[in-house]
Amino acid sequence: MTAAARASWARFRGGHFFGRHQSFSVVVGMAIVTAILPFIVLAPPFSGFGTQTDFVDGFSQAGVWVLLAIGLNVVVGLAGLLDLGYAAFFAIGAYTYAYGASPYSGNHVAFWVMLLVGAAVAAMAGLLLGAPTLRLRGDYLAIVTLGFGEIVPVVFTNSDQYTNGTNGITALYQPSLINLSLPIPNLSGILPNLGLFQGSYGFGNPWPYYISVAAIISVVMILAYRLQDSRLGRAWMAIREDELAAASMGINTVTTKLLAFAIGASTSGLAGVYLSSKLSIVSPTQFGFTVSFTVLAMVVLGGMGNIWGVAAGAFVVYEIQSQGLKQLNVFVGQYFPNGLPIFGHVDFLTYQYLLYGLALVGMMLLRPEGLFPSRRRRQELHDVEDADAANVELVEA
Amino acid sequence: MNIPFGPRSAAGPTGVTTADATAALPSGVSSGTTPLLKLTEVVASYGAIQALRGVSLEVRHGEIVTMLGSNGAGKSTTLRTISGLMHPRSGRIELDGHDITEVPAHKLVRQGIGHAPEGRHIFNRLTVLENLQMGAYSRRDRSAVNADFDRVFGLFPRLRERRDQSAGTLSGGEQQMLAIGRALMARPKLLLLDEPSMGLSPVLVEQIFSIIRDINSQGTTILLVEQNAQMALQVASRGYILQTGQIVLADSAEALAGNEEVKKAYLGT
Repeated sequence: MTAAARASWARFRGGHFFGRHQSFSVVVGMAIVTAILPFIVLAPPFSGFGTQTDFVDGFSQAGVWVLLAIGLNVVVGLAGLLDLGYAAFFAIGAYTYAYGASPYSGNHVAFWVMLLVGAAVAAMAGLLLGAPTLRLRGDYLAIVTLGFGEIVPVVFTNSDQYTNGTNGITALYQPSLINLSLPIPNLSGILPNLGLFQGSYGFGNPWPYYISVAAIISVVMILAYRLQDSRLGRAWMAIREDELAAASMGINTVTTKLLAFAIGASTSGLAGVYLSSKLSIVSPTQFGFTVSFTVLAMVVLGGMGNIWGVAAGAFVVYEIQSQGLKQLNVFVGQYFPNGLPIFGHVDFLTYQYLLYGLALVGMMLLRPEGLFPSRRRRQELHDVEDADAANVELVEA
Repeated sequence: MNIPFGPRSAAGPTGVTTADATAALPSGVSSGTTPLLKLTEVVASYGAIQALRGVSLEVRHGEIVTMLGSNGAGKSTTLRTISGLMHPRSGRIELDGHDITEVPAHKLVRQGIGHAPEGRHIFNRLTVLENLQMGAYSRRDRSAVNADFDRVFGLFPRLRERRDQSAGTLSGGEQQMLAIGRALMARPKLLLLDEPSMGLSPVLVEQIFSIIRDINSQGTTILLVEQNAQMALQVASRGYILQTGQIVLADSAEALAGNEEVKKAYLGT
């Protein structure tokens, strides 16, 4: 038994977290990204696109999608279960917050508590959906989750005595640090006035949201890395690779898949709580199939299985959607004031999904493993070439 | 390679080396009253299609027992019902006297049933070492697991050479070795082997069967399903002939090898 094999086994057993402990690099990485992003947008060409506040607001919105992508990555990327109804859990988290903190329900539970409650409720929903359906495989599971994703918003629309129907629930309380009743020092004289230290989350001030979502993402990422490297993570990998073999290794495939589903759902619920607190409104139309589809596209484009990869993929896709297409309009307008040749005047924003589709097809042709693939994924997609190479060697030898 | 591959609890016979293990029939066959595995009238079906119509068989501690039969006779189905990958419609399966008929697969691994399924089912994209680690998924005795890596690599030196190579790039024979090695990593009392010789060259078949003997002589009981009846009857002490979901013949391996019917149907002589 070589030392390397021993170390590898220790990692497999999940005992030696510190060997490749990701928490530190996640915290540092997120801190750097969070600190740099607001300053990048002060430089051209971004400075021409909008104010710093606009950008920071956009970034804190992008954080929702990053969370969703990290969560869906657990289900699709790690456990290999295709979930097309992921938006349902997002909706459940959002409505949970609406019940916990709005004049409509009459409750006002602190945002930070509701984050956990929303995640827990969504996880429960994940278990409820998963228990009867996870015996299905591949395409069948995808169809059932697709149905679930469609049903949940419809239920929220139609049960209007509880959810206010299509109008949704409005005037949700925004988070506040004062609610935590922490002794928050008044640092406004020392630090730039971000509003964070007065606990003033609000529509005009995206900074507290920005910093909060960065913190939430960091925590979720650390948990995701821990899970990936744990015994459970290994079990997910085995199931993704070969479910029958996984069962004969002593892995309880049903509970293992259920856990993937519930953990993915809880992250989605978390994102739902955060989003609804930020927008201060929930309505069923926010959680349609396009949300599920967009998150899946983010995971695929980012690089399924790679946690940093899917986070980056989500951020990039969101920014292209919200900023890139708008700027493309402006750009084309400048150079082709009379419209594009053949196409005439094109509003790229309305072609968002067409462009999506093209981007996905292009990616699948050129770089099927995504922008930032995990080591294993890359191996997976290039195995054939490796095997061919190995055979050539054998023939030559 | 001196430490035996005994079941987790009991210590097996010691000191058997690769060279002298190929000589004789397994030595440790006990004459105890409780068989390690006992199937009674097991009926199993895939939907409406009945695959097993009342299979009864026994495997005693330390034996190699083979199950022969043509395609579709129900050999693999029998193994799948034993390892819990599917459950019988009726009948009873006992392991060491305990009823395991309804016990799910993942629990049976802990109770000592190892299954190297038909078609190998190795994890193609994991390395050889990671595959073996998956095999030990159910175990928590870290130091013993470390020792077992050495034992598996001792049985299959090829796997040691290819330790960090992804399993999908192995040759067919190496993949079969990996499937067997991976099943051994759980330290089974009873190892179910499903067509280990399938698709292998004659030289590799010889090699695999000699390793099967080694594994058995180190204390692991084996139930072997084979199409290659000749080889199977050479290593086994007893055999069952399965036809359309029923046991039609049960006898010692020598008797089966000499049986005219068996010769005609399965040995091609």
